[in-house]
Amino acid sequence: MGKRSVIPFGPQHPVLPEPIHIDLVVEDERVIEAIPSIGFIHRGLEGLVDKRDFNQMTYVVERTCGICSFQHGMGYCEAVEHIFGVDIPDRAKFLRTIWAEIGRMHSHLLWLGLLADGFGFENLFYQCWRVREKVLDLQEMTSGGRLIFSVNKVGGVMKDIPADMLKIILTTMDEVEEELKEMKKTFFNDYSVQSRLKGVGVLTKEQINRLGAVGPFARASGVVSDMRTLGYAAYPMLDFEPIISEDGDCYARCYVRMQELFQSIDLIRQAVAKIPAEGDLAVAIKGNPDGEYFMRVEQPRGEAFYYVKANGKPNLQRMRVRTPTFANVPGLCEMLKNTELADVGLLVLTIDPCISCTER
Amino acid sequence: MANITRSPWLLHYDGSSCNGCDIEVLACLTPVYDAERLGVMNTGDPMQADILLVTGGINSQNQDTVKQLYDQMPRPKVVVAVGVCACTGGVFKDCYNILGGADTTIPVDVYVPGCAARPQAIMDGIIKAVGIFQQRSNEYKAQVKEKKKAAKKGAQN
Repeated sequence: MGKRSVIPFGPQHPVLPEPIHIDLVVEDERVIEAIPSIGFIHRGLEGLVDKRDFNQMTYVVERTCGICSFQHGMGYCEAVEHIFGVDIPDRAKFLRTIWAEIGRMHSHLLWLGLLADGFGFENLFYQCWRVREKVLDLQEMTSGGRLIFSVNKVGGVMKDIPADMLKIILTTMDEVEEELKEMKKTFFNDYSVQSRLKGVGVLTKEQINRLGAVGPFARASGVVSDMRTLGYAAYPMLDFEPIISEDGDCYARCYVRMQELFQSIDLIRQAVAKIPAEGDLAVAIKGNPDGEYFMRVEQPRGEAFYYVKANGKPNLQRMRVRTPTFANVPGLCEMLKNTELADVGLLVLTIDPCISCTER
Repeated sequence: MANITRSPWLLHYDGSSCNGCDIEVLACLTPVYDAERLGVMNTGDPMQADILLVTGGINSQNQDTVKQLYDQMPRPKVVVAVGVCACTGGVFKDCYNILGGADTTIPVDVYVPGCAARPQAIMDGIIKAVGIFQQRSNEYKAQVKEKKKAAKKGAQN
């Protein structure tokens, strides 16, 4: 047995833009144990329900995370809408789906870029982020905001996407698809990428189930878990299958996210084809919510979970968010055991950590 | 900008932001906006950094970390608060765990507002910071010169 020592990882670390602290117990170059400590970005936004009413909370919830901001707002709004017992107009459902999938695309492109940066492929990193700007331009065009665009409200959406913008979305999707096909070749045929990702950080299906991991991280190990199949927004009206890989290594996680990008493009095309030409954007909400509801949505990182409890007053009694990264941290710690120290940065990246979500 | 003699390096730290400003800071460094053409470079090491970009407010857990990062940076140094949370606490101002903006813990030179701050605004902030850095660097050099002169005089006497 070699000499054991503890190496701190983070909170400030070049690989991640966000602070997470992990104590790595290493024996020579091999990681024996990983002990995470979180709380560097804890703001306590769930506690704001005492000070903000249920409409204002939409904007607070959207700022749980800047990357999947739209999906946070959507999950919260759907939960409150269920308490009110209202059914939002079809056009609003489709608009939510389109924005949600655009958000998923920019999140996955961001992750692919960071992964490329993680294994030292700067060129690929820049390519991913260059394509991502096109997707961000769509968000800006349709809503006015690049990242945080508050278009959700309880009862529907605030802004419409006119027909000419839908056309621009379609042409941009064509362009992005072409670029992605080029990038896919590099990600999956380049031997240096393969040697860095294949067989690294393998988790089996049983391990994933035991540790409760969610999202692409779980799907890469063969677990079929996609909350979109539960049928919120316009997903029941669209045709798609969860993307799964059986290998459970870093390469499989990369594969799942890359395929999900193509899936998102397909979903956006379907949604644009099926969206009702005219219709209301929102239903009027009267009074205050009374009751409780659980809502689950599929974010780019996995299943996010919202619990809303109200008692007929403008302020909610309790609002709880459980975000995908929080569910994936036990899986990460299991994965880090018995790996090389040099792989730690890459492995932390492969769960697509969003610490802001985790700590709220 | 014309009289820049050094290329300052950037250090980015996420205080307690929602991630929005962080990825915009990263987007600044990628081809579309490319802050590196201004002569700055991104680094992960506080001991090599000259400009600190803080995003998000300060909470009780990260206060020491931010202070430590600031102390580890060599002088002269400039701090840019990116995003409305780093300026004042923003939407999270009333949260129980938020102490306020970055200026509650470290002296801030440039404030970049916005939620999330747009890359153009961040670039503007960086340009301002580079100017301040150059000015401080000149002052610091003059001080060192002065000190050396005084020491030489002392040795002669």
